[in-house]
Amino acid sequence: MKRVPTAVLLLGAAYCLFPVAWVLVAATKSSGELFSTSTFSLGGALLDNLGELVAYRDGLFWTWLANSALYAGVGALLSAALSGVTGYALAKYEFRGKAVLFNALIAGVLVPGVVLAVPQYLLLSEVGLTDGYLSVLIPSVVSPYGIYLARIYAAASVPDEVVEAARTDGAGEGRVFGSIALPMMLPGLVTVFLFQFVSIWNNFLLPFIMLGDDTKFPVTLGLYTLLNQGNTVPALYSLAVTGSLVSVVPLIALFLTLQRYWRIDLLSGAVKA
Amino acid sequence: MPRTGRRTAPTAAPYVFVAPAVVLFLLVFALPIGYTVHTSLFRTEVRGLGLGRGSRSEVFAGLDNYVRALTDPELGAGALRVLGYGALLVPAMLGLALVFALLLDEERVRARGFSRIAIFLPYAIPGVIATLLWGFLYLPATSPLNQLLRELSLPGVDFLSPTGIYFALANIAVWGGVGYNMVVLHTALRSIPRELYEAARIDGCSPWQVALRVKIPLLAPALVLTGLFSVIATLQVFAEPTTLAPLTNSLSRTWSPLMKVYQDAFARGDTHSAAATSAVIAAVMFLISFGLLRVTRRFGGLR
Repeated sequence: MKRVPTAVLLLGAAYCLFPVAWVLVAATKSSGELFSTSTFSLGGALLDNLGELVAYRDGLFWTWLANSALYAGVGALLSAALSGVTGYALAKYEFRGKAVLFNALIAGVLVPGVVLAVPQYLLLSEVGLTDGYLSVLIPSVVSPYGIYLARIYAAASVPDEVVEAARTDGAGEGRVFGSIALPMMLPGLVTVFLFQFVSIWNNFLLPFIMLGDDTKFPVTLGLYTLLNQGNTVPALYSLAVTGSLVSVVPLIALFLTLQRYWRIDLLSGAVKA
Repeated sequence: MPRTGRRTAPTAAPYVFVAPAVVLFLLVFALPIGYTVHTSLFRTEVRGLGLGRGSRSEVFAGLDNYVRALTDPELGAGALRVLGYGALLVPAMLGLALVFALLLDEERVRARGFSRIAIFLPYAIPGVIATLLWGFLYLPATSPLNQLLRELSLPGVDFLSPTGIYFALANIAVWGGVGYNMVVLHTALRSIPRELYEAARIDGCSPWQVALRVKIPLLAPALVLTGLFSVIATLQVFAEPTTLAPLTNSLSRTWSPLMKVYQDAFARGDTHSAAATSAVIAAVMFLISFGLLRVTRRFGGLR
């Protein structure tokens, strides 16, 4: 009786791995072979493709990859820090305006980020910040969902007695947070970091709207432009395919190393790490 | 002055802690929303040829932009296209996620660890890259299915035909989202006390009946929430059709409402009607979100 369920799960796994397997094979094909040889037969052009990718416009692809790492890495780090300190304050203090702030954040979770992107662009263009790193970084830092998760995590993992005891021992509020609460919240904040990292790395619309200069593009936008030009310059198709493979490898590595942090409990809002 | 004995929390600290978030929230959320509403109520009046200073001015337009947005046939058509796409995508994605989550929860099933990681893996792959990969798998020249059909001398399938495109796009989103939803549902399943299943089993329920009569009802709040997030994500679809558009003529530049907002704002330079359209989209999403959240509260799941 256990054969059928196992087979269903494995079919699902095969479906999910199928495009990844395809890109592994397709990256070995020259642009001619890509359209002429059978789907899963290996080509002999992997090294040529990688060479072309490296050489493409003086290494523009590596700039894109570095940009993505910068946007996602720095953005997610700042976002996790901001979520941590805000979530801690919301969970452990009573203060005027707390309810208003929390409700505004919840509404922020529901505001479609994409609807914001156009007015964000118009506002940033008035202060001359568009087409720069900050135009993508600033909107990525504040994550209502991250703050919401951090608040619930602070409430669950930092006992009130510990905070009280530290105060009694003479620690200032900043120290209570930095040396006592923060380490306790760290596993939760790693998850907030991962969520933000993936969502910034995946975000297409924001850089698409904000950036014009292709040396500031993240890799997703760069690959989109390659695919878009493939209509007229078919050689760019194999570049786009090889680029996809190369850009997906670090993500998959990150994902597999940290996959134990991905336990998402939406219902209690808790993230169980 | 000794600091011991201070029992109540100080009043300044929380404000210092939340200040950066409040400032950024105002800048990134409140200000753009206010700006959208403001922009949507005005229009640009052009005098003469529209050249030189002072020939363009902002004039209060009342609800004109909204009337135009709501009566624009292309926006209505885009909304219908997204509804059709969502009607394929959401049930397929949640249905598969539910099946996989239930199977992961069965101790007798094998290869659970491997399958869990493999099915969740596409979550790490950006929508643009997912679309690029699937796009090649759809193209007649590179599609493995069409190659197989050719070898069997059968007619090929056009995944990118005007009808096929709905399935093609829905498949990309199912592929990218099924693992995330599976993990959410599986986490919810694991928080259900095992004794409940034991009790059902002693009462003579088969594993199939336990799943159907015990697990799925208890999962209802989680299903509503994953449904809510899926619907919101569906309404925001942008990257996938935009990326797939260069590969086919079946996708116009205004295929989804958000693509139309982008075209209005940046290709046509009409920020006023783009603002009105985004305000309408945001309002629709709010209505749907709050409606679904109410349903969830009724199930007693979300506090």
